[in-house]
Amino acid sequence: MTKISARMRAGIIVAASVALIGFAALLPLLAIDIPGVFPGPSYTPGTLQVLAYAMLIAALALSYHLLFGLAGMLSFGHALFFAAGAYGLGVVLRNFAPEWLPPGGAFVAAILITIVFAIILSAFVGALSLRVTGISFAMVTLAFAQAGSVLVRRNPGKKTGGEEGLPLDVTRVPDALVGVLQTKNLYWLALAILVVVYLVTLWVEKSRAGHVVAAARENDLRVRVLGIRPYGVRLVIFAIAGVLAAIAGMGFLLLQSGVSPRVATPDFTLSLLVIVVLGGVGYRWGAVLGAIVYTLLDQRLTALAGSEAVASLPDILRIPLSQPLFILGTLFILVVLFLPGGIAGIPASVQAARRNQTVEEKELV
Amino acid sequence: MSTIVLLLITGLGLGALYFLVASGLSLIYGLMGVLNFAHGSFLTLGAFIGWEVARRLSDGTWWTLGASMIAGAIIGAAFAAATEFFLIRPLYLRHIEQVLVTVGLALASVALFEGIWGTDPIYVVNPEWLGLTTEILGARIPNSRFLLIGCAALVLLAIVLFLKHTRYGLIIRAGVENRSMVTALGIDVRRAFTLVFAIGGAAAGLGGVLASVYYGYVSAHIGGSLLIFAFIVTVIGGLGSLAGAAVASVLVAVLQQFANYYLWGTGDLAVVLALAAVLLIRPQGLMGKSVR
Amino acid sequence: MSENILSVRALRGSIAGQQVVEDVSFDVPSTGVTALLGRNGVGKTSTIKSILGLITRTGEVTFEGRRIDRMPTHKIVQLGIGYVPEDREIFSALTVAENLKLAERDAAPNREFIDELFPDLVQRAAQRAGTLSGGQQQMVSLARALLNTNKLLLVDEPTKGLAPRIVGEVANALETAARTVPILLVEQNLQVIRQLADRVVVLADGRVVFTGEADELLDDEDLITRLLGVHGDSAESSSAESSSAESSSAAAADSSTNEEVSV
Repeated sequence: MTKISARMRAGIIVAASVALIGFAALLPLLAIDIPGVFPGPSYTPGTLQVLAYAMLIAALALSYHLLFGLAGMLSFGHALFFAAGAYGLGVVLRNFAPEWLPPGGAFVAAILITIVFAIILSAFVGALSLRVTGISFAMVTLAFAQAGSVLVRRNPGKKTGGEEGLPLDVTRVPDALVGVLQTKNLYWLALAILVVVYLVTLWVEKSRAGHVVAAARENDLRVRVLGIRPYGVRLVIFAIAGVLAAIAGMGFLLLQSGVSPRVATPDFTLSLLVIVVLGGVGYRWGAVLGAIVYTLLDQRLTALAGSEAVASLPDILRIPLSQPLFILGTLFILVVLFLPGGIAGIPASVQAARRNQTVEEKELV
Repeated sequence: MSTIVLLLITGLGLGALYFLVASGLSLIYGLMGVLNFAHGSFLTLGAFIGWEVARRLSDGTWWTLGASMIAGAIIGAAFAAATEFFLIRPLYLRHIEQVLVTVGLALASVALFEGIWGTDPIYVVNPEWLGLTTEILGARIPNSRFLLIGCAALVLLAIVLFLKHTRYGLIIRAGVENRSMVTALGIDVRRAFTLVFAIGGAAAGLGGVLASVYYGYVSAHIGGSLLIFAFIVTVIGGLGSLAGAAVASVLVAVLQQFANYYLWGTGDLAVVLALAAVLLIRPQGLMGKSVR
Repeated sequence: MSENILSVRALRGSIAGQQVVEDVSFDVPSTGVTALLGRNGVGKTSTIKSILGLITRTGEVTFEGRRIDRMPTHKIVQLGIGYVPEDREIFSALTVAENLKLAERDAAPNREFIDELFPDLVQRAAQRAGTLSGGQQQMVSLARALLNTNKLLLVDEPTKGLAPRIVGEVANALETAARTVPILLVEQNLQVIRQLADRVVVLADGRVVFTGEADELLDDEDLITRLLGVHGDSAESSSAESSSAESSSAAAADSSTNEEVSV
């Protein structure tokens, strides 16, 4: 009985996912307006921009979920790879232009070069930082990210644009991905990136490597006893997560028509951590949900902060309400304190409470 | 020669600032296993309150500065103790969640500081002497460095005396080594938790006022930028080791100054590389005990 | 008249989600030495730690008629329980004097008694405990527990890894202590058990498989071999068989244990 229902459940989930993706893909052609959530109707560039941004952050959060949720590696440097994707593609597009390639070909080549760069970078950083574990691992990754952040701000060889950031060089980007009028294409690109990243994440989780790191997260020894060194598997996961983050970063560069050093800062990684925890550590769709909730909240709270309704409040209400990060940070604290599974964990914790109850009842009998 | 002296003493001054943050971080981590991301906020609040006190008293006298420093230390201690009591304690022994809560507090508090005091730096007025320089072996040292070094030395001395000669100091030292055995002796170690947070917060709050002297301004991000270096110092020195924090503070700051001067302003990168190197060669840090 | 100072019922303990104590029930009378025995890894240390709340536990633990299974460790100890942990767990960075000072719980600790019992420690008061020999470290660990006037001592493998001469000293110190305070003792050394134990509780696979007078067990070579595996391990399966039978009788025999003790 359980087998059939499990298969049916899987079928329902797949169907629902396809429907959801289909709906998301149709959104630019519809005129859905959710006041208070969207800035305007769903076909407007403003709304599409926000949604595409949220989906890229969701893809990034998924890659972070591989590290933190699946493998239990608390990294404070994941922003490095996102920035590597964004800056990498930006710099390559600007400086790499072989004559013999058609414009579209140069674009694809730039993407491939950036991916190779991301693989090398994440494998290198992972190989070094995974030699330590726990808090020390967090610190080394933080240090590498900080180094990256310092580097892009320094503007070496005038390549990264320093504090001002790096605008996208549109000459080698296909026209379909340039300009406000093409936002719906960028939206579809972001959706595609999210779907691909989701599928890769799913595949990694179900793979043998995924099972091994998940086991090693709970108990290092158990894996070693089986003759597997967790180091190698962790490194693979770290590199995959890094490349996925870089892909999200490339989408970010195209969507925002540029990149600023903000995405390389430790604070950016921290907001990623907030997203994953908010959505629910260990849940794939928790990461997606967390990213979308976080981005929309951030966006709407910023709008709220600038509104006249807030400006006319007394100081004691106006000051906290005019700071989106204050509200998000407070929300995050409340989730950690009172909702350990995050948003995605609510059904599970309700179920667990019920199951515990039945177990206790059985024991009493 | 004079350049080297200048770099050494200014490095010592910056190291003093790092130490004021790192000492608390290290004690807190050593005793409780919590990496406190909110520590920068203790410092920032101390700096702002110090400035608020200073501008209400007559600006720019030594008395005012002294009052600011005391106010900064007290508010830092109170903020830290409240953090421990309301946010850390309910998550007893759940270290990841404890770290997450401090991350949330850091984000929220910095945003709140921006809301209250704005995003622009606020320039502070200090006693005239601090703006002058003193010549040592041909190097013209800004006088504020001496104040920082003196204060950090006093804080170090005070913490050492406290740890060595009081009952709570004894409990903290024992707890850093083996917390569960301390409770098995019938001691409520949680009180020591609040205490180390308060001590760390006081040092950070004092550090905030001194940081405003060092940089000449206060801003909502003054703590966050120091915190990263304090983390690096704490890890290089060995998590949980006060002596390690003191030594590493000086090493890191001096390295930073020298790299900035001789290696085309690469001080930050040099520090990060030093951290990576230390962790890979000696993961427990210079003076840390082996990983538990 | 003697009654039980400590009762343990259906105690389960776990470390990092892994169950290490499964359903342990036994009593510790308010006089003499009760030895908690069993082969390596059956959960003796974990049982002691569960009683103290040092690891996650469920079940019922009653001390002097008061439930202590929900109390934090420091409160339990403050009720009058002294603990000598396995591997001593002295604070190696602290001096001997500081180790003892930290352990002082009473307003009037038994300083003179300790100084008399362990004259070595008086001389080494200013020495870092980490630099002491294993035997001396064990003295510090014992002294920490004996410093206060306790109603019960939990002593976990006090002779482990010590030279034979020191084993004798430790056993004598415990014998002295046992005149005034009941002790729950985990011990591997049969000779020490013979010297000290009045009653024994034997664990296997995280459960109680035997309770009774010490002589009952110690005079029966077969039983020793079977339960403690001291003379090689002839029969895993037979011990498993007996375990289920014995444990059920032990769990059911609340009153009978009391009778045994009062005899």
